[in-house]
Amino acid sequence: MTLQAGRNYREEASKGLDNGCLQKILKKLQNNFGKGAIEYWASMTDSGLRDRAKNTRMETLANLDVVLSTLAENVEKAGGHVYFAKTAEDAVNYCLRVAAKNDVETVVKSKSMTSAEIGLDAALKSSDIEVLETDLGEYIIQLAEDQASHMIAPSIHLNRSQIGRLFEEKLGAAYTDDPAELTRIARKMLRHKMLDADMGITGCNIACAETGRISLVSNEGNIRMVTTMPRVHVALMGLERAAATMDDHQGLLQLLTQGAALQKLSTYVSFAGGKRLAGDPDGPEEFHLVVIDNGRSKILGDNAFREVLACIRCGACLNICPVYGRIGGHAYLSPYSGPVGAVVSPLLFGINQYADLCKGESLCGACLDICPVKIDLPRMFWNCDISWPMVIGNRRRENMTGGKLWCSSCGALV
Amino acid sequence: MHTKVSLFIQCLVDSMFPEVGDAMVKVFNRLGVPLEYPEGQTCCGQPAWNSGYREEARAAAHRFVKVFSGADKIVCPSGSCVHMVRNHYPELFADEDLEFRMHVKEIGNRCYEFSEYLTDVLGVVNFGAKFEGDVTYHDSCHLLRGLGIAEQPRKLLRNVEGLRLIEMHDSDVCCGFGGTFSVNYPQISTAMVDEKIDNIVASGAEYVVGCDVSCLMNIRGRMARRGESVKVLHIAEILAAGETRS
Repeated sequence: MTLQAGRNYREEASKGLDNGCLQKILKKLQNNFGKGAIEYWASMTDSGLRDRAKNTRMETLANLDVVLSTLAENVEKAGGHVYFAKTAEDAVNYCLRVAAKNDVETVVKSKSMTSAEIGLDAALKSSDIEVLETDLGEYIIQLAEDQASHMIAPSIHLNRSQIGRLFEEKLGAAYTDDPAELTRIARKMLRHKMLDADMGITGCNIACAETGRISLVSNEGNIRMVTTMPRVHVALMGLERAAATMDDHQGLLQLLTQGAALQKLSTYVSFAGGKRLAGDPDGPEEFHLVVIDNGRSKILGDNAFREVLACIRCGACLNICPVYGRIGGHAYLSPYSGPVGAVVSPLLFGINQYADLCKGESLCGACLDICPVKIDLPRMFWNCDISWPMVIGNRRRENMTGGKLWCSSCGALV
Repeated sequence: MHTKVSLFIQCLVDSMFPEVGDAMVKVFNRLGVPLEYPEGQTCCGQPAWNSGYREEARAAAHRFVKVFSGADKIVCPSGSCVHMVRNHYPELFADEDLEFRMHVKEIGNRCYEFSEYLTDVLGVVNFGAKFEGDVTYHDSCHLLRGLGIAEQPRKLLRNVEGLRLIEMHDSDVCCGFGGTFSVNYPQISTAMVDEKIDNIVASGAEYVVGCDVSCLMNIRGRMARRGESVKVLHIAEILAAGETRS
């Protein structure tokens, strides 16, 4: 993945700071969700859950080869296909092959940051496949030809009047800024597309190795349609998304919905894993799970940064970070924004183009307080920092790295 | 008889706010705490550490360890410097031999932030300080999240005669300083400190007080440019005010 030409952190951050509407939105987001999560962690009855979940995540990462092969075995037992993709390109090509084999003309997607990471939409479109986002926020972003600015709420940077005008312009709908009415308009547009699509593409919140099922949380119900109506379901997961057992899965699910949206449980939790069996009322004829490495195994092998793979992508750290709260998500120029994005983006996509993210934090430590699995992001900022005197200052500090250079793809010293 | 305290005077206090060091000494004198100032002390290495210059940070840290190795108790009027010594030195020296690492760990355990030392070690919260005015307290990030110090300074302030402590909104949100962050990303930093100042002003307090002069310098500088009338003080300056009890 490369940054869009001509865009950089400082300029995008300035745009965010100057956007009064965005400032109001971010304030509200952080006051509700950030503070809410901190209050919840302080008051939760099972006060050891976060530590246990962190241990679970780290154990899973330590045994990831076994966990992933168990997962693959169980998915295949249920009639699903599993593909391990080394790179983004590899993953995209696999999806294109599946689409070609099944004569896919239309794809409906549920929210997937991994699909943005690998650049899947553009590849599908250039193969003349129609791609439609079905998560409301993602649909809005797609209509606006915009980028997501929050992990959980991709269109958080737009207010309802902006969305009303967008629907008016792009869908020919009569202008309204009533959220319920806007949702009805989107629902009407999306529903028949979901019924008619050839292929559904989803992400994966947690992949449970023991059961061979991936779970997907949503509040809109679009995911259950995307995973059951089309003939083919392709699920994308970063290779770190796995949980070994259903017990592990349960704790993570609880922390995920709490961290993301202060919910005990999301409105829907969809479990998917195999193909439709005889007697099933619905479900896909083919199920493909694409397990994507794309730089993750290098992070896994790095003591300083392995912990970032424990992230469950709840987005809670975005809801408390004072920097994200001022500049918004676009400045990060990555599908992964906020504090965790600032660590993971340079690691996945290269230290040089994401050098600003390595030192663009105030090191206040609030992200550690809020993280449901207590990832020590501040420690990793300090570790990221090692790189920037060279990159930003354009000064080789031989004594700092023992003469070694930073690998631009994984951030490790080589 | 009190244990002798070795003063660890952080760089910003030494070079820009010596009155904070004076105030701390005055408070300790009032309590009858014997003091020493280890000569040859320099920066603890935090700015270098925060900026990614590990070797340079290690050099400064080595010097700190050497200068303070004989100290019984080390007290500093800054949470972030104590956080550096107590919590980051072990990581900085992770490659050293076990004996040295144990020594570093032990020095970290003897190193205290000023308000922490008064309340948690000396067990004193009221020593006759007098200060007239409405005060609001800013939680510095490394003090709060790195050392877990929130209640200690508030307890000290509540026990000052004539002082009314008013909590501001979001007292625990970063002021935007972040060391080199404010230098590298002044726009973002300014937006953050502006919000902090809005909250300070909205509290109605006449004074904002903290335990780290770095945050206070940031807040004070921006306040001056905005023409705000709220005064900025280090907690030692409040505690040193008023008549000596004995």
